[in-house]
Amino acid sequence: MSKTTLIKATGINRFFSATHAVKDLAFELNTGDILGFLGPNGAGKSTTMQIISGTLAPDSGQIEINGIDLIEQPTLAKQQLGYLPELPPLYKELTVNEYLLYAAKLRAIKKDKLQAAINNARQRCGLSEVGNKLISSLSKGYQQRVGIAQAIIHNPAVIILDEPTVGLDPIQIQEIRQLITELGQHHGIIISTHILPEVHAVCNRVQIIRQGRLVYHSDMDGISNAMQSNFVELSFKSAPDPSLLQNIAGISQLDKITPHDFCIELSQDQAESAQAINTLLSRSLEHNWQLNKMLPRVRSLEQIFIDLTVSDSTAPSVPEDAAE
Amino acid sequence: MILSIALRELRSLFMSPLAWTVLAVVQFILAWVFFAQIDNFFSLQPQLQTLKSAPGVTDLVVAPLFNITGIVLLMVAPLMTMRLISEERRTGTIQLLMSSPVSMTQIVLGKYLGMMLFFSIFILQISLMPLSLFLGTELDIGKLMAGFLSLFLLISAFVAAGLYLSSLTDNPTIAAVATFGLLLLLWIINASAANDTSGNVFNYISLIQHSNAIIRGVINSTDIIYFVLFICTFLGLSVRQLDSYRLQH
Repeated sequence: MSKTTLIKATGINRFFSATHAVKDLAFELNTGDILGFLGPNGAGKSTTMQIISGTLAPDSGQIEINGIDLIEQPTLAKQQLGYLPELPPLYKELTVNEYLLYAAKLRAIKKDKLQAAINNARQRCGLSEVGNKLISSLSKGYQQRVGIAQAIIHNPAVIILDEPTVGLDPIQIQEIRQLITELGQHHGIIISTHILPEVHAVCNRVQIIRQGRLVYHSDMDGISNAMQSNFVELSFKSAPDPSLLQNIAGISQLDKITPHDFCIELSQDQAESAQAINTLLSRSLEHNWQLNKMLPRVRSLEQIFIDLTVSDSTAPSVPEDAAE
Repeated sequence: MILSIALRELRSLFMSPLAWTVLAVVQFILAWVFFAQIDNFFSLQPQLQTLKSAPGVTDLVVAPLFNITGIVLLMVAPLMTMRLISEERRTGTIQLLMSSPVSMTQIVLGKYLGMMLFFSIFILQISLMPLSLFLGTELDIGKLMAGFLSLFLLISAFVAAGLYLSSLTDNPTIAAVATFGLLLLLWIINASAANDTSGNVFNYISLIQHSNAIIRGVINSTDIIYFVLFICTFLGLSVRQLDSYRLQH
């Protein structure tokens, strides 16, 4: 599988009257990417999704879908994408089969391939049983699946899913995530969500948007790194004097939480911090401090998200491992 | 593509009771009118025989029927067209069309065609009544055809206007009221100039002026061009509106 750039967006701006909803947004999406699009409510997630899917025109900027300019050649470009909006675009008076047939025809699937495409989409989204039911009679979860089926029916290069697992039960969520992972092998997928564990479960890249601006983007490795921190929590039964701990080379900071619990910050240098841990352990044995807990503090994705989206400071591009 | 959109539209129309109700109610009312006209014709017949070039059954039964059908359409068309685009905007299904590889022109033409298919069924159903007169008498086929043409052009114009107004809002009721208002205004706009037969601008704008001429059997290119321009204008405006919908909403 060769890596090709499926989406190339540059300098996208969008205003809603006076509100600058999306500010100078730029990103790329490659085959095999499952990009998680995160942001608090009103950050411009859905707007961005709409712009990429061609249902909303940007005020400025350029979007290429699989090398085709979305604004210059919308019809060609849109053949390459499937889009599930926040609210699934369902005609409730149709049956699932009728609806999928209509969606397939709109996506210009050739006549002899229509039935195969419908069957495939139905099967992938677990809709085989409900083909002849009216969409209005389906539960929310099933309606959501019909929405996803509609987005993948023409096997598009790019799939854009706006909050795909909203309203689903845990088993369905599991299934949809599996489906997304599966689709991600041959397509480029963007999902927007504010369910953070979901990002962990399915995505291999993450972007966080705040007030219309991209404030963070990284692949999963980068996230794992960002989640590492140099903080270690310690707990002793017979605690030493804090100054004894502070004296150990490689420990740059010490917080006393309770008389028995401490939080230390290790030096950025790998060797130095390893040395510090060793020293700490041997001193503990030597002086019988009775160390009973030693836990590296991990920043959760939530923490990163909150740091990035709540802080008042103007957006840093990639956060340093700042203090908590 | 256009046909797919049109057929989906037609299907959804007949899935709701609205289309069936409209067809049934209108058929009932027009049948009533039709019988009243025939009754009228019979009571007039002795007098007509004394006249030299008396108006025939086509003039006395069919033409009034078409006239009244026009007025009924004026009220029914807004009800049918109100949901064309506004409903899609309201429920978000328009996103499916917008994200699909179809142009705005295709969407508008598809919707228009779907609604015209519905009204073709409507006209077909109405036309059975005058056609049934063939069982007992002769009709002026030329005038009959002119009447159908007039109805068809009239409803084409109504649907085009309704489609445009439906694209302006996501509330179907507002679309219906606006369409009805616009059509009624265009219908009666020459009321003040009714006596003035000279080239009054309001006479040119009035829908009824053009459709009545055709019903009378006078097929004038001015009238045909009026309708064609009317339809093209509103369809063009609808395409523009959908295009700018992506820009503003």
